[in-house]
Amino acid sequence: MGSTIAEKILASHSDRAVVRPGEYIWARVDETNAVQEPLVLKGIKELGIDKVFDPERVYSTIDHSSPPQDIAHADSTQFLRDWTHRVGSNFYEIGRHGIQHHVLPESGYVRPGELIMMADSHSTTYGAFNAASACATLESVFVIATGTSWFRVPESIRIEFVGELPEAVLGKDIILDIARRHGTDFALYKSVEYGGPGLHSMKLHDRWTISNMGVELGAKFAICEADDVIYRFLEGRTDRPYTPVFPDADATYSYSEQIDLSKLEPLVALPGDPSNGIPVSSVDRGTKVNQVFIGSCSEGRFENFELAARVLKGRKVHPDVRLLASPGSQAVWRECLQAGIWDTFTEAGALVMHSTCGPCQGGHLGVLGAGEVCVSTGPRNFAGRMGDPTALIYEANAAVAAAAAVAGEITDPRDFL
Amino acid sequence: METSFSGRVWKFGDKINTDVLYPGLSRRLPDDERPYLCMEAIRPGWSRQVQPGDIIVGGHNFGCGSSRPAPENLKALKVACVLADSIARIFFRNSVSLAFPVMVAPGISAICEDGDRLSVNFLTGAVTNDTGGATLTAEAMPEDSPPMEIMRAGGIVPFLREWQKTHA
Repeated sequence: MGSTIAEKILASHSDRAVVRPGEYIWARVDETNAVQEPLVLKGIKELGIDKVFDPERVYSTIDHSSPPQDIAHADSTQFLRDWTHRVGSNFYEIGRHGIQHHVLPESGYVRPGELIMMADSHSTTYGAFNAASACATLESVFVIATGTSWFRVPESIRIEFVGELPEAVLGKDIILDIARRHGTDFALYKSVEYGGPGLHSMKLHDRWTISNMGVELGAKFAICEADDVIYRFLEGRTDRPYTPVFPDADATYSYSEQIDLSKLEPLVALPGDPSNGIPVSSVDRGTKVNQVFIGSCSEGRFENFELAARVLKGRKVHPDVRLLASPGSQAVWRECLQAGIWDTFTEAGALVMHSTCGPCQGGHLGVLGAGEVCVSTGPRNFAGRMGDPTALIYEANAAVAAAAAVAGEITDPRDFL
Repeated sequence: METSFSGRVWKFGDKINTDVLYPGLSRRLPDDERPYLCMEAIRPGWSRQVQPGDIIVGGHNFGCGSSRPAPENLKALKVACVLADSIARIFFRNSVSLAFPVMVAPGISAICEDGDRLSVNFLTGAVTNDTGGATLTAEAMPEDSPPMEIMRAGGIVPFLREWQKTHA
């Protein structure tokens, strides 16, 4: 019996020939992070952790509160900054920072075949680069110190893509489509494995999103097969060797399905849950939008802003709407500047912000008030996610978001392209 | 480590997410005020009604969403444990790291109602509804599994303290 990608990576990191679903193991972790989570910092202080398992493989980004919005966050930022300097680990200073799920791959720190445990639910993102990557938040203090973590070997789900994504249909829509058909607990405790000719036709930014949003299906890992797109991306970004991992032909999956990408259309997840997706053309017109947010770890790539700019070009943001744009990293910010994308955004009347998790998670910058309506490219749209629990969040791709900003209501972006 | 509980049931539905359990904005509040925003979006006032030792019964995908330390609020409210038809992975692991007992109990929503009394054994998985009489067997973790070792140590910080002693 063969092994899935997840089984192979967990076996190679626990010195076993094979592992099987349900087994509990301890495994070596290749990369981890130290974040501003107060309980993690408390653990670091309490235990006096002044040595990490490998300083080159521990990362800190100030993304959820960048720059600090209050004294408490300023203090925790300062603690983290000092601590990373003391232990010699990587720290992204504000201005050269980004959302961790963007900036770590951009820096070449995430490689095929790796086992990664990062604080933050969207740590499945690194699966786009063929890593088995999961979230470890409170336990990250243990991973930082020991370079190990426990795992229960997951069952795997295989998603085989064929065809190519049509215009204005993005990685976001692939996941919203799976979520609306199977629910947001489709992959609970499981590893989702993406492959097939359609994956290889998919641009990197869309792969980034489908792994990022794997957690919105409940997944532990959301791993893409590697190919030349990944190898080329890593050229010049890393000089560490890596070994891509592919599944065996006779690997066992708890479920598998084929998705024809050419049949997908832009979806909108109605407020409350990412599984509430319906085609953009079926959304009731007439719901007035107050805020549009384009950015986040889900859709903060250059290509997302490029597409939104095509919608905005020569148009104005609706007088009753504020459009907030926040790229995945400051490097993407510069790329957008140099490509003239921020010209288009600001000419249309948008607010171009720095790279931050702020609006998406209701922490600061763009917090919603009672009853406000927002169209967001963020990965989730739960009640209270972006501020007041009565605010309504419609989750959609960057083209749908840009079109809503212009129209003042949700409308099909393909009419603008 | 306490492994058996008996208490009043507070029953919640499917997909009780961490934005409901631990709203992002509540991070700004002092530690002793933050727990009182727990469940406020879906059941206002609940955090003032729940009593020490009460048990939460959830539906599917309990604790889905972000990785913020939602079990911390339930611990602060002195909830004894959470049983749910299924539990989101991150919430589950955060609970283990905080030594807060949670157990996957498929079918639990169907055998109890709000206000029932439930008895639970975390070692055997035995669950009894003391009000209605129904029983089921939940998915107890093996006693020698890493998460049980961490729970027994009192959470990930004391567990790491032990590790430091042997790896000094």
